[in-house]
Amino acid sequence: MGSLLTPELLANIGRKAPPQLELVTRKDIRKYAIATGQRLRKYLDGDEAPPMFYLALFWPVPEPEQRSPDGVAIDPLLPEFPLKRAMAGGLKIAYHRTIRPGDVLVANRTLTNIWQKDGSSGPLIFYEIVMSVENGRGEPVVTETTTRILR
Amino acid sequence: MSEMARPDIDTLAAGQALPTREFRPDTIQLFLYNAALWNAHKIHFDYPYARDAEGYPGLVMAGPLLGDWLHQCVVEWLGEHGRLVEIEYSNRRAAFIGDTLRSTGRILAVDRERGQVSIEVAILNQNDEVLAPGTAVASLRRD
Repeated sequence: MGSLLTPELLANIGRKAPPQLELVTRKDIRKYAIATGQRLRKYLDGDEAPPMFYLALFWPVPEPEQRSPDGVAIDPLLPEFPLKRAMAGGLKIAYHRTIRPGDVLVANRTLTNIWQKDGSSGPLIFYEIVMSVENGRGEPVVTETTTRILR
Repeated sequence: MSEMARPDIDTLAAGQALPTREFRPDTIQLFLYNAALWNAHKIHFDYPYARDAEGYPGLVMAGPLLGDWLHQCVVEWLGEHGRLVEIEYSNRRAAFIGDTLRSTGRILAVDRERGQVSIEVAILNQNDEVLAPGTAVASLRRD
């Protein structure tokens, strides 16, 4: 099986999305806590954010033309891949600091890798995105590494 | 396999189980979760689309919600005695509205010197199929 990864495609490794700055509110924490079925009072009251709250905080808010017909936000960080069907991927998340209401956080996303493996049913393309979340003092809050598989 | 009530770094041992929790997600929870994220993926709220266009047997649970339940398995067990340092997981199979899911956890290793434990976590469905396997690292305080 030949490589699907052209030099033009691989040149996208290292591409960065514009920094995203968000304010953490107690109400948003409470909404997230109730929606996810949290049972600890500190989360339900919004005194502290559940660890994975950062995901909702930095989920994209696309305008209509930035959505695909199935309702999914089109990620401008990603190039056009020769394989389209997304399979299950994985997440690795490191938690450095607790998120609380009033925090102002900045997320920086980088496309850190693209690679190919040849599976039994054909080629697979993998890509990796690292999102680093920092607080206003530049201290790390969350580091998320996402791997997605296309076939 | 014994199940612990609260974590104590000096008595933990590999193989011990964390408390399990059952989840019976409904359409209201799925709606609220996707609203909290601003996630408009139609497989989560448009049943004819999910069935006819994507071939799913029902409305699909959001993958990161299962991920959050893996977090809760560890965080609720820790309480105020420690904190989640790191977690790694993948969504291997889909879950659907109507499924009965459960979270499980099991101690893999204890590092008393560093005060850390590594834990195998998973979300399973009513057929005991593993939907979302993962591993977590937690840091424990000595009270």
